[in-house]
Amino acid sequence: MSQFAINIMFVGGSFLIYILIAVWAKAGSTKDFYVAGGGVHPITNGMAIGADWMSAASFISMAGIIAASGYASSAYLMGWTGGYVLLAMLLAPYLRKFGKFTVPEFIGDRFYSKQARLVAVICLIVASLTYVIGQMAGAGVAFSRFLEVDSTTGLMIAAVVIFIYSVLGGMKGITYTQVAQYIVLIIAYTIPAVFISFQLTGNPVPALGLFSTHIDSGMPILDKLNQVITDVGFSEYSADVDSHLNMVLFTLTLMIGTAGLPHVIIRFFTVPKVADARWSAGWALVFIALLYLTAPAVASMARLNLMTTVYPDGTAAEPIRYEDRPQWVKEWEVTGLIKYVDKNEDGLIQMYNDGSDDAAQAFKPQAEARGWEGNELDVNRDIIVLANPEIANLPGWVIGLIAAGGLAAALSTAAGLLLAISSAVSHDLIKGSIKPGISDKGELLAARISMAVAIVVATYLGANPPGFAAQVVALAFGIAAASLFPALMMGIFSKRINNTGAIAGMLSGLVFTLSYIFVYKGWFFIPGTANLADIPANWVFGISPLSIGAIGALVNFAVAFAVANATEEPPVEIQELVESVRYPRGAGQAQDH
Amino acid sequence: MPGHSYDAEKYWKANLRLIFGSLIVWALVSYGFGIVLRPMLSGIPIGGTDLGFWFAQQGSILTFIGLIFHYAWRMNRLDKQFGVDEE
Repeated sequence: MSQFAINIMFVGGSFLIYILIAVWAKAGSTKDFYVAGGGVHPITNGMAIGADWMSAASFISMAGIIAASGYASSAYLMGWTGGYVLLAMLLAPYLRKFGKFTVPEFIGDRFYSKQARLVAVICLIVASLTYVIGQMAGAGVAFSRFLEVDSTTGLMIAAVVIFIYSVLGGMKGITYTQVAQYIVLIIAYTIPAVFISFQLTGNPVPALGLFSTHIDSGMPILDKLNQVITDVGFSEYSADVDSHLNMVLFTLTLMIGTAGLPHVIIRFFTVPKVADARWSAGWALVFIALLYLTAPAVASMARLNLMTTVYPDGTAAEPIRYEDRPQWVKEWEVTGLIKYVDKNEDGLIQMYNDGSDDAAQAFKPQAEARGWEGNELDVNRDIIVLANPEIANLPGWVIGLIAAGGLAAALSTAAGLLLAISSAVSHDLIKGSIKPGISDKGELLAARISMAVAIVVATYLGANPPGFAAQVVALAFGIAAASLFPALMMGIFSKRINNTGAIAGMLSGLVFTLSYIFVYKGWFFIPGTANLADIPANWVFGISPLSIGAIGALVNFAVAFAVANATEEPPVEIQELVESVRYPRGAGQAQDH
Repeated sequence: MPGHSYDAEKYWKANLRLIFGSLIVWALVSYGFGIVLRPMLSGIPIGGTDLGFWFAQQGSILTFIGLIFHYAWRMNRLDKQFGVDEE
C-alpha cells in the first residue's frame, strides 16, 4: 500500500469516528450544548481537557522550539502545565459551584455589571479568535503535507468536520470527540518517541531516555548533544538564559494565562460536582504530562539525529554530500520546509550557526578556515515532530498515525475555542443583553448559528491569516493573564472588590499589557508602526513583550483594589454570592442567587 | 446558608492555608529550582546535566501533578469534615 493510501486510511478512519460520536451525542438543550449536560466523569473530562488544551502548537511546534533553544524553552513546559495548579486551587471548583455556562457570565453577575460582562466578552473573543486561527492554519498544513491537497482545501475539509460535530452536539459532541482525539494524538506522539528513545539510548521510555546514556558514544545523551552542537558554533543545549527575571515573568505569564483562558475554564463546568472539578484538574494534568514529559526528549533526540544525519562521521569530518541526502530530506524539500543552498559550491551540506550571537561569532574563524561560507541547510522547526518517524526510519503506518494525531490536536482545540466564542455570543450577548426573554429552544438555535458563523469566520481567517495571527502567545496569553485571570480570582477571593474596581482593573491591565506589546511589535500589529525594535537591549528591565502579561496582572490587581477601596462596598447579596461559591454544598442550587 | 457560621469560616481559612502551602511548593520547584536557584544546584549532576535542568523540564511538572491530587484529596476530606460536601 502506498504511503498516501495509508495516510488517507488513518485520517479518514479517525474522522469517521468523530462524526459517529457527533451523531450519537446530539445536544437536546442549551445545558447539553454549553456544558454537555453537566454529567461528565472527571477522568473523561480530564482527557477532554488534555485534547482541548494540547493544540497544534503543543503537538507540532513545541518540540521544535525546545530542540532549537534547549533549556531556555523550559518556560513553555512549566508555563503550560503550572497553570493547572492555579486552576485547581484558585478558579475551577468555585466557578463550577457558581454553576453557570460561561466565563463572562460569572464576571457580569459577580460584579453586578453589564459593562464588566462586555469587557470579558471582548477579551474572550480576541484571545480565542487569535488562538483558533493558528489551529485552522495548522490543520490546513497537516492536510497539505499528508493528503496531498492544497492547504485551503485541507482547511475546508477540517472546517466541515468541526462543523458537523460542534454545531450538532455543542459541548456534548465536543467532549466525546475530544476524548477520542486525545487517544489518537497521544498514541501518535508517543510511538515514534519510544522507537527513537530505544534506538538512541536503549531505554524505551523517552522521558527517562533523555537522562540516559547515548549508545553510540557511551556519553550521557545531553552531554553528547551539547558537544555536537557547540562543535559547529551553537550555544550549549543546557545553557542558562541571560535574564532570569524575564524567564520567570514569561513562565508566570504563561501559567496565569493558561488558568485564565475561557476555553479551558468552561470544560470544568461539565462535571457533576465541585469535588469532581478538583479531580478533573489533576487528571487533565496527568494526560497533558504524558505528552509534555515526552516532548523535551523528542526535542533533544531529534536534534541529535539531525546532526548525525548531516555529520555522519562526526563534526570534525566533512558533512554529508547533498547527493547522498536521505529520502526524508528530499520529501520535505518539496514542501519548502527544508531548504538547501550550496553557498561554497562544494556539494556538501554545511549546517552550522552563522548567526549574530556570541557563540556564532566565536565560531566564525573556524568556519572560515574550513572554507564554509554560511549555513546551507534551513530546517523549519515545525517538522521536528512531523518528520520524526521518517528520520528514524519507522514504518509507513507510523507516519499515517502522526498525520491523524496532528489533525486531532488541531481540531480538538479549534472546537473548544469555537464553543467558547459561540457561547459568549449566544449566551452573553444575545441572551444576556439583546434578547433576555429568549426561550431555551431559541437560545439553542442561536448557539448553533453562532457556532456556524464562528467556524466560517475562523476558516476564512485561517486561509488568509491577518498579522496578529502569529502573536498567539503575546495576545491570547497576555490578555488572559492581565485581564481575565485577576478578575476571576478577585471575584472569588475578595468580597470587597466592587463593579467599578473590577472594570478599572481589567481595563488598566489590558491597556497596559497591549501597549507594551504594541510598542515593540507594532500598533495593532500593523507592520512599521513599532516604536522600538523588539530586541532585549530595548526592553524595560529586560522584560520581553511576551512576558509582560504577569506585570499586567499586577497592575490589574493593584488598580482594582485601590479603586474598590475608594468606592462603595458591593451590595449584601453579592457578598452572599461570594460566600456561596466558596462552599461546595448545594452546587445545583447556585443558579437561584 | 453555611457561609455565616463559625465553622464555615474555619473551613475557608483551612482552604486558604492549604492553597498557600501548595503555591509555595509550586513556586519553589518551577521559579526556584527550575530558574533562579539553578546556578546553585549546578553541582548536582543528573544524567548529563544538572538538577535545575531536570526540574525545569520534568521535575516541576511531576510536582504539579502531585500538588493537585494532594489538594483535591485534602479538600474533599475537609468538605466532609465541615459538612459542606455535596451529597
